[in-house]
Amino acid sequence: MDSRRQLTGWGRTSPSVATVHPAGDDAHLVRLVTESGRRGVLARGLGRSYGDAAQNGGGLVVDMTARSRVLSVDAGTALVSVEAGASLDQLMRLLLPLGLFVPVTPGTRQVTVGGAIAADIHGKNHHVDGSFGSHVVAMDLLCADGTIRDLTPESELFWATVGGMGLTGLVLRATLRMKKVESAYCLVDTERCADLDDLLRRMAEGDHRYTYSVAWIDCLARDTSLGRSVLTRGWPATRDQLPPKLRGHALDFRPKQLAVAPPVFPSGLLNRATVAAFNEGWYRKAPVERRGEVQSIAAFFHPLDGVGEWNRIYGPKGFLQYQFVVPFGAEDTLRRCIQMLSDTGQASFLAVLKRFGESSGGHLSFPSPGWTLALDIPIGAAALGGLLDGLDEAVIAAGGREYLAKDSRLPASAISRMYPRLDEWRDVRRAADPDGVFTSDLARRLGL
Amino acid sequence: MKDAIGNVQRVFVLGGTSDIALATLVKLARERHGVQVTLAARAGERRVAAAASLEARGMRVTEVDFDATDRASCEYAITSAFEEAGDVDVVMVAFGLLGDQQRAWQDVDAAWELVQVNYAAAVACGVLVAKRMRAQGHGAIIAMSSVAAERPRKSNFVYGSTKAGLDAFFTGLGDAVAADGVQVLVVRPGFVRTKMTAGLAAAPLSQTPQQVADVIIAGLVAGRQTVWAPPTMRWVMSGLRHLPRSVFKRLPV
Repeated sequence: MDSRRQLTGWGRTSPSVATVHPAGDDAHLVRLVTESGRRGVLARGLGRSYGDAAQNGGGLVVDMTARSRVLSVDAGTALVSVEAGASLDQLMRLLLPLGLFVPVTPGTRQVTVGGAIAADIHGKNHHVDGSFGSHVVAMDLLCADGTIRDLTPESELFWATVGGMGLTGLVLRATLRMKKVESAYCLVDTERCADLDDLLRRMAEGDHRYTYSVAWIDCLARDTSLGRSVLTRGWPATRDQLPPKLRGHALDFRPKQLAVAPPVFPSGLLNRATVAAFNEGWYRKAPVERRGEVQSIAAFFHPLDGVGEWNRIYGPKGFLQYQFVVPFGAEDTLRRCIQMLSDTGQASFLAVLKRFGESSGGHLSFPSPGWTLALDIPIGAAALGGLLDGLDEAVIAAGGREYLAKDSRLPASAISRMYPRLDEWRDVRRAADPDGVFTSDLARRLGL
Repeated sequence: MKDAIGNVQRVFVLGGTSDIALATLVKLARERHGVQVTLAARAGERRVAAAASLEARGMRVTEVDFDATDRASCEYAITSAFEEAGDVDVVMVAFGLLGDQQRAWQDVDAAWELVQVNYAAAVACGVLVAKRMRAQGHGAIIAMSSVAAERPRKSNFVYGSTKAGLDAFFTGLGDAVAADGVQVLVVRPGFVRTKMTAGLAAAPLSQTPQQVADVIIAGLVAGRQTVWAPPTMRWVMSGLRHLPRSVFKRLPV
């Protein structure tokens, strides 16, 4: 049941062909790992990494979504054991009715638990709750020698795996500490911010009062409106905070996909003119200030999940996402980066800005205290390479880094300058996988 | 890996002193510092000079001996390039001879050499490189054909026939390896002012190696299978190809 298939990331760039095996039982996976051959093996989940992180050209790729069972649930302790191929969507549908919410959710529910660990993903609550790896209490890792190790946060290999981009082994199962909630809704405050200073000030002063916080910036706004944005922040709603008609089924969670983007969009549809028009309309539509609005979890966290295969709107050339973090105090760098994007007019839908709290213990984990900005950019403009190389340098000079789960174009030379614990990670990985059985296109490109 | 915006990390050139190949490398060097290049060519001053000029542009260059008249040499060069650490993102099959047309159709040694280098060795390299790239699951092969492949003319039909063979082989190879993630780009330049054409009168639409390199890189990034340089050559050749033979043979080409 294997087949050679062309794989790309969510950005639909840099395809490579690998032999894809749906994951069978543990014995099957042990056999795949120990007999993987020269080009190695890699786990793949739902393919939401933007670049080449879940590709292994010429080698084996294990489709982990074939193993997605929920193994045990303890509503009292909020501990849940799942197979690594289980998606956050599945966990929300199954566990929200029991009052358990995933501890961290990114902008899409369509990621697997294994992928969430490998990328040590973050969400709108990073400033208070940290990243996904901080809520994993144990995991089973299939290692290069064919053994299955039960890892806990006391072990170094655990933290090399959290954020380790799948390069330490196959995560088979994990036990997560979920978040107890009374409803499947959030109470949301929305504010319109005139420019970047206004936004940064409001976030720095007020974020600590909220569980969830994120801002959407119009990157095409210029001059005095540079950084104009809409800030949305909120908390999980208690049952009593809901309007009476929702209280009876406060924990219902049945989000629907409204549409699927057909594969007919040309490249270049999202250009400066169309995106500027969209951004203008979206900014005008946001209220100047609104407090305590009740929003469903799906609407608040995952607006894009309403449209299936939305990456198609960028056309056949695909797109990339550029996400970096710079430490607090490097606000000038943040401003300069937004200025560079605004000046060159590289069309981006809204950029997302968020404040990160403390890092988890992952050697290659992306989040670290500071400001993180993420934006989607269509492939096409000839000047794009130079612009992004320039942004890299600004980010590195400020002591920042870029997110490997989003990256599709960094040069190998940049990585050691962004991740100070890279050598430490390499030592742990070498001890666990001396021959580099677990590898990926991203690992080859960056020489990890 | 070729990255999301078309930057490459390792390039392997068979015929590493070709002016068009070097112009292409210079443009790749401008995009990113530290691109690795393996130049396969006969040992000598020309190869040394080519390597030095690329190193001066920030590329990391390895040289390997390669003689297209020797099949074992093709195997040796390709094996050594692919056994080095790291995948090869792009292979350029850029060696070739223009030859002396008058000798080439009358002197069997001259004809044999042209066929050997331009066609037989190119096919051998194509077979060997394709096998390596299929095993990687990604990569691009750039094959230097010629507009002469599309309709060989009486003033250089032996050269044209070798390029027609090369062109047909690599066009077919592209279809054969597409499912393995490998792109084959067949490049059909018109008259290019290079050391190969030094001393010849320039034909209409003649261009520089740099102009051809622009066309090659655009085709590489866009994932094309065939490109003409200049692009208008496509329509010129399309016209010539459909001319009746009685007319075509009277043209001063």
